[in-house]
Amino acid sequence: MSKAPKLATGDWRPRLRAAGLTLPLLAFVAATFAAPLATMLVRSVHDPVVADALPATLAALEDWDGLSLPGEEAFAAAARELARARDERTLGRVAGRVNRVRSGLRSVVAVTGRRLPDGPAGSWRATLTAIDPAWAEVESWHALRTAGERFTARHYLAALDLRRLPDGSVVRQEADRRIHLRLFARTLWVSLGVTFLCLLLGYPLAHHIAHAPSRRAGALLALVLVPFWTSLLVRTTSWIVLLQGQGVVNDLLVGIGLVPDDGRLALVYNMTGTFIAMTHVLLPFMVLPLYSVMRAIPRSHMNAATSLGASAPQAFARVYWPQTLPGVGAGCLLVFILAIGYYITPALVGGSSGQLISNMVAYHMQTSLNWGLAAALSAIILACVLGLYLLYDRVAGAERASLA
Amino acid sequence: MVRYLSMMPNPAPSRHPPHVEFGGVSKSYDGRVLAVRDLNLAVRRGEFLSLLGPSGSGKTTILMMLAGFETLTSGAIRIDGRSVHALPPRRRGIGMVFQDYALFPHMTVAKNLSFPLEVRGIDPARQSELVDRALALVRLEGFGGRRPGQLSGGQRQRVAIARALVFEPELVLMDEPLGALDRHLREEMQYEIRRIHRTLGVTIVYVTHDQQEAMVMSDRIAVLRDGMLEQAAPPEALYEEPERSFVARFIGENNRLHGRVAKIRDELCEVRVGDETVTGLRVVECSEGDRVTLSIRPERVEIQPEAGRYTNDFEAHLEQITFVGDHLRLRMETCGREGFIAKIPNVLGQGRVLEGDRIRVGWTPTDCRVLDHGGPREGEGE
Repeated sequence: MSKAPKLATGDWRPRLRAAGLTLPLLAFVAATFAAPLATMLVRSVHDPVVADALPATLAALEDWDGLSLPGEEAFAAAARELARARDERTLGRVAGRVNRVRSGLRSVVAVTGRRLPDGPAGSWRATLTAIDPAWAEVESWHALRTAGERFTARHYLAALDLRRLPDGSVVRQEADRRIHLRLFARTLWVSLGVTFLCLLLGYPLAHHIAHAPSRRAGALLALVLVPFWTSLLVRTTSWIVLLQGQGVVNDLLVGIGLVPDDGRLALVYNMTGTFIAMTHVLLPFMVLPLYSVMRAIPRSHMNAATSLGASAPQAFARVYWPQTLPGVGAGCLLVFILAIGYYITPALVGGSSGQLISNMVAYHMQTSLNWGLAAALSAIILACVLGLYLLYDRVAGAERASLA
Repeated sequence: MVRYLSMMPNPAPSRHPPHVEFGGVSKSYDGRVLAVRDLNLAVRRGEFLSLLGPSGSGKTTILMMLAGFETLTSGAIRIDGRSVHALPPRRRGIGMVFQDYALFPHMTVAKNLSFPLEVRGIDPARQSELVDRALALVRLEGFGGRRPGQLSGGQRQRVAIARALVFEPELVLMDEPLGALDRHLREEMQYEIRRIHRTLGVTIVYVTHDQQEAMVMSDRIAVLRDGMLEQAAPPEALYEEPERSFVARFIGENNRLHGRVAKIRDELCEVRVGDETVTGLRVVECSEGDRVTLSIRPERVEIQPEAGRYTNDFEAHLEQITFVGDHLRLRMETCGREGFIAKIPNVLGQGRVLEGDRIRVGWTPTDCRVLDHGGPREGEGE
């Protein structure tokens, strides 16, 4: 009896030492994955720039009824803090933030900040309105108050083509500014379409490889894997060479007379190009899980089914297909998740009609520098993927999906 | 002369064709080597026939051709007198038990069993009736709701057999079905399969490499070697009257003496073995000077026989006595051959002989069969 605890402590130390070997990995994951993810999620709801720059102004606006212009106190605080922002060189950032809430206010804020006199000419209200009449509009102050929210849902609202009215109610964006929902929908159906195409093309291929003699299977599997060893950029640009107006495919079609020379098909820089290139790039992710599942199905199962009286379609539908479902699920999930966040391929071959939501994220990261909105868009994609995975988990059971 | 009547003698030739008939069947996978060559074999209706042979002897290939999974290179297979050449496996109405059972893991036992009934469009009420009956036949009542993964090896085996029988085929093929089971379970299942065979009266073609198993279960055994049929006979006949030295070697234990034919006397012949002349029953066609093998069962060898009782009466040097329980194994050197075995029953009054003794052994000519020399057959590659 007394020996048992001793043995337990003896077991405990080597196990801890062994676990210690995973520390570098844990540190790596924490630094390169967990931390950026957390930062992104925080950034999508947290924007302190305006709140830090204009604290007194925002405090003055707290009791404001929002119907008429705010009192002199708010004008005075705004003038004081805009002057300070100018001196601290944060005025441009503040102006940019306010501009995102109400476009046109960037120059109002920036110009006001630069032209502010040291003291008011009469009231601060008259002074500011004299610099720019926009200060006499209620909407400008609403925008200032909204931009000053330290923790805010406005990025998510913008990502979903919604906006909040001054009275707090949430309405849809004006029709000409609704872009995100359309992109989400397009991304969704491109991803579904690519997943379906991959399944359609990959299933017979995986079946053939899984049941071919081992030497041929090895060669075919290598062919599937070759794209993995080639740079994604090279593959994608190769598709441009193949699919462009004067490209190989069009030349061939014109050559055999299927297509007139003046009616060459637009196969690239549009949705068609995105579809073709993404399907090609993602095909291995469908074939490999299918292959690993199919290889585990003995040939005798199909023989048994036919000897029991089933026709080939019956044997497939009742015996083979159900046994490959874990592979189908894993492959579809893998391809769909990769497709929904795909960026390089649509950026290169998609033209303007083949852009997906990830290209919008890139745009906000690199061009508009609205990282909050980019983070909100990314978070929505992440939530979609997690939701799908949970759904799949409920339907199929995650332990049955072999993500090999 | 047949001294030992088999329990299942060959029936009188009937006007009905045999249930299954192989006519000159050959099979080559690569176009050069024949996996099965010129097989002629008939299986009676209701017979339990085993295809017995070492691995690579072509027994599984024969079964696969009969089931329709392999094509014939030449010859014909007839079921009830009709060639099945054009029939796909699903139209042959054959129940098959696979070596790995081939149970469908995603279906319950009951679903596995009802599969052949469903694809035949049998109505559901009748289906469950047949499934219950099949489960009762293999003594697995109440297991219908389990999945194959939740069953033991022996239970899976029973399910596989039940599935092959549930649609009431007249012909059932079994491909080494007991290979994966341990010895105890194997013996139990041998008994079970025999019981089922008797109950249903179906024709069973059974593939095995285990001669013990074939002897226990079969009405008739077809011994195969390198794709050729060596001998097809009931177990007793195969044991008592082997016609080929390969069969004599493969079935049970046999002493084999090699020599040349010295003189032929009617159904007997004299064979020079070393310095001795042994008289045996002439089973193969032979002429003087031919190389032959003599085959003598160890239990037919008598120790210290009365003088003058046997024509075959030789001196032997007793090397070893092994106690095996119900009998003693005597290992000796005689007729220039070491490792000659005699089995004598363990009865009171033994101990007449001791290791190292010079003794005499004898046997009758009819217990000593003159067979082919045991090398590859004429025309074979090796």
